[in-house]
Amino acid sequence: MITLAIILSLALLGVILYLLFRIQVLSSVFRGSFNKRVSTSNRVNAILFILFLILGMGAFIWSFGVAKKDFTQPVASVHGKWIDDMFWTTMAVIGIVFFITQVLLFVYSYRYQYKENRKAYYYPHNNRLEVFWTLIPAIVMAVLVFSGWKAWSKITNPAPADAVVVEILGKQFNWLVRYPGKDNELGTVKHTLIDASNEFGYDVRDKKALDDIVQPTEFHIPKGKPVLFKIRSRDVIHDVWQPNWNVQMHAVPGMPTKFWFVPTKTTAEMATETGNPDFKYEIACSQICGQGHFAMRIVVIVDEPEDYETWLAAQKPFSETGAELFAKASETPAAIVSAEKKEIKTEEVKAAL
Amino acid sequence: MASTDITLHQDVHHNHDAHDTDHDHHDQHWLFKYVFSQDHKVIAKQFLITGIIWAFIGGALSSIFRIQLGWPQATLGWLEPFLGKWVEGGKLSTEFYLAMVTMHGTIMVFFVLTAGLSGTFSNLLIPLQIGARDMASGFLNMLSYWFFFLSSIIMFLSLFLETGPASAGWTIYPPLSALPQAISGSGAGMDFWLVSMVFFIVSQLLGGINYITTIINLRTQGMSMTKLPLTIWSFFLTAVLGVLSFPVLVSCALLLIFDRSFGTSFYLSEIYVGGEALSNVGGSPILFQHLFWFLGHPEVYIVILPAFGMVSEIIATNARKPIFGYRAMIGSMLGIAFLSFIVWAHHMFVSGMNPFLGSVFMFLTLIIAVPSAVKVFNWLATLWRGNIVFTVPMLFSIGFVSLFISGGLTGIILGNSTLDIKFHNTYFVVAHFHLVMASSAFFGLFAGVYHWYPKMFGRMMDEKLGYVHFWLTFIGVYFTFMPMHYVGIAGFPRRYYSYTSFDMFNTMANLQMFISVSAIVAWIGQFIFGFNFVYSMFRGRRASQNPWRSNTLEWTTPVVGIHGNWPGAIPTVYRWPYDYSKPGAEDDFIPQNIPYAQTPSSNLPHEKNLP
Repeated sequence: MITLAIILSLALLGVILYLLFRIQVLSSVFRGSFNKRVSTSNRVNAILFILFLILGMGAFIWSFGVAKKDFTQPVASVHGKWIDDMFWTTMAVIGIVFFITQVLLFVYSYRYQYKENRKAYYYPHNNRLEVFWTLIPAIVMAVLVFSGWKAWSKITNPAPADAVVVEILGKQFNWLVRYPGKDNELGTVKHTLIDASNEFGYDVRDKKALDDIVQPTEFHIPKGKPVLFKIRSRDVIHDVWQPNWNVQMHAVPGMPTKFWFVPTKTTAEMATETGNPDFKYEIACSQICGQGHFAMRIVVIVDEPEDYETWLAAQKPFSETGAELFAKASETPAAIVSAEKKEIKTEEVKAAL
Repeated sequence: MASTDITLHQDVHHNHDAHDTDHDHHDQHWLFKYVFSQDHKVIAKQFLITGIIWAFIGGALSSIFRIQLGWPQATLGWLEPFLGKWVEGGKLSTEFYLAMVTMHGTIMVFFVLTAGLSGTFSNLLIPLQIGARDMASGFLNMLSYWFFFLSSIIMFLSLFLETGPASAGWTIYPPLSALPQAISGSGAGMDFWLVSMVFFIVSQLLGGINYITTIINLRTQGMSMTKLPLTIWSFFLTAVLGVLSFPVLVSCALLLIFDRSFGTSFYLSEIYVGGEALSNVGGSPILFQHLFWFLGHPEVYIVILPAFGMVSEIIATNARKPIFGYRAMIGSMLGIAFLSFIVWAHHMFVSGMNPFLGSVFMFLTLIIAVPSAVKVFNWLATLWRGNIVFTVPMLFSIGFVSLFISGGLTGIILGNSTLDIKFHNTYFVVAHFHLVMASSAFFGLFAGVYHWYPKMFGRMMDEKLGYVHFWLTFIGVYFTFMPMHYVGIAGFPRRYYSYTSFDMFNTMANLQMFISVSAIVAWIGQFIFGFNFVYSMFRGRRASQNPWRSNTLEWTTPVVGIHGNWPGAIPTVYRWPYDYSKPGAEDDFIPQNIPYAQTPSSNLPHEKNLP
């Protein structure tokens, strides 16, 4: 019944609009609009352009002010601050260009609207002007490129040797984390060894695996120290994305990647700064990876360095938490023979071209 | 179509431009005259109508997923009659959401903005504006449309598959697009996508080769390259880009077909999915991205270049002024075309590729901003001291410049690899490309349709409806895509079904709703265009031969198009197409085919002794 009512209303609306249209056409014919070069519509459109410019710019500026508190994610890393500053500087530069060009566009449209007695100015080119307005953007671009390149080089250079290493493994549809432990070496993993009880695919005969801290209940990193995320995926491409730190790097199956940074604010400090006592640093997935793409969340806690050390010391090594796996290995050494065939390197590899 | 009479006329001169030596029209079956037509004007209309239908479908898909984003708590039971099992318990299925996002992108980028834009206007305008009877090969041209049609059928059918159409994003990165276990759309849906795209690329190549050959070989007497309208330059460069870059997408797709169906490992390595470890090793997903974007980047210039050309033409015509800096406009298009091949990896800054490449591609990408800026300045200079008539095509052209400025400027931010760390895969990118593609290129398409409608159908589209369509769409796209930048600055990732899983993204709900409302209203507004387009074909005001008082050659052909375009000899060209408001001239325009000898009062000193 409701459906019928809606369809009939739409049909009625269609009829009304059609009639209005026909009336408009016929009245234009009677008025002789089609015999003139331009009608009053020309003036109307010119005015609408100026109105659009004024109201549009106004709306833009107003919306910017209103949205600011929402789009500002407080910055909490060293390089993140460089990125943020560079972004707003660039925005200022392009903002000036935006303003000037849009104003000229709409003002010229209004100012030079058709006038019966006027003739347009036949001015086909001016090569000096072309050179001028080629060089100015070129110089501006050069400056932007240079500053971008400098920051990029610093961000993508190898991590300092004393960086805290954490491996983040992306999978459909969550993140798994492990730490290298006291020996600072992550145990060898192979995808052929993965199963429900061995999510990383550990080769448990590898001595380096014994002291790894695998899937702790919480994910902690220290403030003020370099942190190196070693990023992997075991199924499709994912993407480690954290807006407050401006950390983003794809997780690629078959090709480990990395990203290092220095956090500058603890979770507690952020809670104070944002006024939200429940503040948590969250990592999201930023590369389409399947139906759970929007729900791949892991919380990271940034501690003062001493608190981090305390937490780390309290974590149980894999030799304990993965005791079952180690036990099975000693019983049936033959089970892992298949992995012997290929030495698949899982340490940091230089990203291939 | 009643508006194009493509039977052969008695008095066509069969001189050196022999065009019909291979068939006799008098006995032509309607199937070969109207359906498998080899007349470029018919083929252009076939591309246009197919493109318009696809545009409505692509827009409908985006309206559905914008409903999900704008009202994430709502129950969508009312959509069940249309979407069936894709709406379960009043909620859009998460896989179907990704399928719609994927198909929306695929349809709009390829089927509407490539085929619908280049296919229509290159076909319609190249022979008419260069002074040729038809394309170099009418047969290849006909095949180009019908391969596109075949590709469209396959892609359309994929929407109705049980396991869903392709769902890995229009960029279809493997392994997600290679593994049905990872997402169901990567089953049959992805096979259909790949087959459809191979036929689509065949269509583009056939068309592109034809356009290039025709422009180089079949220009009429006097039509040197530097007297060509900017539309032709843009179609020429678009075709060159297509011919060079689409084959790389074929190779990319072919390797994906091998990985999916023949056990190879071009893109796959060390994968554990669906409860089992796959045997593929040695492949690289990054290889796919390089191959894909090697086409993908020129593709977006293939989308925008025709719009550049058409807008230049329409602005000059309606401002009654020569386009400012004709040679600079050609030079900037050449620069953009060349550079478009060497910037592709700016889509891959955070893909894990060697950071050195990031530096190289940032440098190259920011160079390409320069010729684009030059074009904007030249359009502004064309408007300056013009005498502007706000025809509907002119409105859309001015709107194009505004949107291109807005979208192009944010490209400068994204081209900076350092800043891309912050913006990759966020809504900032979505806002950028929707402003330059969905808005600017679409406005170029609309400008072209309204402007050349009299040439295609012998009638005018209704002006008032056109004004309403323009303002509704112009305001609609700005309202939709400007706020999206804020969502992107806040870090919201794209292709997300909902944002409620994260504290940091559980904000801006009102803005999402506002964007959705604007988008849906803008889409509904397109039905005004749809009505106008169809209605005017039958009841539109009959056009005069040169309703826009334009200089280019297409307006010297009869109002109702004929096969062979000109009833007599093809006009000889004497001058460039931009003699508008020339001082001393009788009228405010002088068409290209008027000899200098006939216009002594307006000839410039160096033109006085020309024929």
